[in-house]
Amino acid sequence: MEGTFAHHLSEAAVSVELETEGMTLNIGPQHPSTHGVLRLIATVDGERATNVRPVIGYMHRGYEKLSEVRTYPQIITIINRIDWVSGFANEVPFVVAAERLMGVEAPPRAQWIRLVLTEMARISSHLVFMASYPLELGAATPLFFALRERERVLDLLESVTGGRFHPNFNRIGGVKPVYAAGPTTKKAGMDIPSGFLAETRDAMTKVLATCEEIENLVAGNEVFLARTKNVGVLPVDVGASYGVSGPNLRASGAGFDLRTVSDYLPYAEFDFDVPVGRNGDCWDRWWVRLEEIRQSARIITQAIDGLPSSPLQAKVPRIIKVPAGETYVRAENPKGEMGYHLVSLGGLGPYRLKIRSASFSNLSILPWILEEALVPDFIAIMGSLDFVLGDVDR
Amino acid sequence: MSLELTFWWLLAIKLAVAAAVVPVIGMVIGYAEMKLSAHMQSRVGPYFAGGRFGWAQLIADGVKFIQKEDIIPEKADRPVFKWAPALVMLGTMALLVIVPLHPSSRYGIVRDLEVGIFYALAISSVSTIGVLMAGWSSANKYSMIGGLRAAGQLIAYELPLVLATVGVVIQAGTMSMQGIVSAQVAQGWPFALTQFIGFAIFMIATLAELTRLPFDMPIAESELVMGYVTEYSGFRFLFFFLAEFANMFSMSVIAATLFLGGYGLWGINPETLLSPIILFAKVGVLVFLMIWLRWTLPRLREDQLQTLAWKWLIPISILNIIVTAVLKVVI
Repeated sequence: MEGTFAHHLSEAAVSVELETEGMTLNIGPQHPSTHGVLRLIATVDGERATNVRPVIGYMHRGYEKLSEVRTYPQIITIINRIDWVSGFANEVPFVVAAERLMGVEAPPRAQWIRLVLTEMARISSHLVFMASYPLELGAATPLFFALRERERVLDLLESVTGGRFHPNFNRIGGVKPVYAAGPTTKKAGMDIPSGFLAETRDAMTKVLATCEEIENLVAGNEVFLARTKNVGVLPVDVGASYGVSGPNLRASGAGFDLRTVSDYLPYAEFDFDVPVGRNGDCWDRWWVRLEEIRQSARIITQAIDGLPSSPLQAKVPRIIKVPAGETYVRAENPKGEMGYHLVSLGGLGPYRLKIRSASFSNLSILPWILEEALVPDFIAIMGSLDFVLGDVDR
Repeated sequence: MSLELTFWWLLAIKLAVAAAVVPVIGMVIGYAEMKLSAHMQSRVGPYFAGGRFGWAQLIADGVKFIQKEDIIPEKADRPVFKWAPALVMLGTMALLVIVPLHPSSRYGIVRDLEVGIFYALAISSVSTIGVLMAGWSSANKYSMIGGLRAAGQLIAYELPLVLATVGVVIQAGTMSMQGIVSAQVAQGWPFALTQFIGFAIFMIATLAELTRLPFDMPIAESELVMGYVTEYSGFRFLFFFLAEFANMFSMSVIAATLFLGGYGLWGINPETLLSPIILFAKVGVLVFLMIWLRWTLPRLREDQLQTLAWKWLIPISILNIIVTAVLKVVI
């Protein structure tokens, strides 16, 4: 090529081009839309990023290490703070892991209650996304519709577990017994609160109505479409190679949902669809989450209609010791795949607890997906990945 | 001597009125925005301040802002940084000079200019310089991006804004604001009926000029923290805040004057004192429209904004001018 006309032409074009120096833009750790304390070091040329480096760790709380010096019941208290918008869903896989090592299985009723509350955590987590994502794109009003509905779901969660965010409700071998009908010390009187089932049925109808409302308000909006369609496209193979999971990967077209392939909760007994996106852009990620709210409501309605009766707890020793061994239990959390690799030497606490959190892997795609993106699209893309910094840093 | 005294007294009164009008308008519209947005979002909004309906909320906010420390960043370009809010405010205040409230020239208008529209569009761009100054002098990257975005946006939308008014000028045959209103009163219907394309373009461009959603990229809280006002605090921030609301008012007044017949209304004698009330009612409708849009729409992206201006609004408004001019000659 050298010496040819075309070469000279391209050389000339290069020399005419303005020499601009990239500006380093520090986005975060204190920034309105980094979902906590994420920091991005972006080199921008005008408004286009040439290089983005996420810096994490500002919220590292060392839960893996803390778990090594705590007993199993104590660990449940701290792990629901990992992904704080879906606290309940964090507890379940850990408890299931411990139960598997002990050879205990929770009674059916306890498992179904876990399932109902996990789906509620999913709804509340996705509603937070429904609230925050349009806000990041500048529309403030959907926030209030979504959070109003989330409050309904959190009220239900609170009525059973006593906590809105940090339920601490799972026990190894079942769920915590709640006094159902008045104060009684009899085990027989311990169940989910009376009226819970009817209220849940009512709340789910309202959630579905709100989904409709949000869809009308947001989905048909030209500006919203312009900001999300074909923005931040994530091909399914790239996503999978980075370990992206959950709604983010399903939006790219992967029909993979751990609820359909894993048996950590009795999802096999329920009838639900796994929504799958087509293009893997921000719009699909938004749409998949909206559909998942609907599917979760569907699962909850089925579960409360056919809640089996059984005790809430299996027979477990008063002081819980997990036999030596190791296991890995993974679960479909609202943010994606969450797994606990539990290694026990037979003591009161685990020898090692490796937490695979969904947001950490989902965030790792950022340098790839933000390459050559515009600064306004940063926010659209980061928001659509829906990570929580507590879940990233643990 | 006495003549001179009267002059100075009058000037002092005029200045006091001018200084009071803008903050009052800003507060009224700010309060309206707070309450309206609250009701759109199933909230209550301001409630306690002032005893009822939180009517004194904006006054309380103002007092709070005055108490705040006036922080100037160490590396800021101090004089530019300090004067930017004043310049933004100036553009707003100067715009109100030519608003015709009443057909009588004695108390209907401060000064009826031959080139009224020209003056209005020119002086409204002064705030742009203020915004650019604020963005540049803050020594903050977010501010600078915000300021540059504002500059690009305001240049792009100044054109459709000007072009959209040309149709009205052709129809009215004058550039004086008073003349345009009396032309509409004389013919009995507002120019919005024939210049509806111009009106729509004018309102879209106005939203962009005001940097309100869906065109608020210069501020874009979720991207640029607070855009060009990031480093401002206290009273200087209040200036930007008030100027935004007062600007909404003044741009709406111009839109109402050009397209909605100003103080004129069917079957009502414009010579009465109802005229200013009619004008304010029309302005109220337009302001409500802006607030409604603000709390409904997400934000466009900078390149989409430029595409909208250069590829759609400007060609359409030029076409509108051609059609208007041809029809003016033919009919």
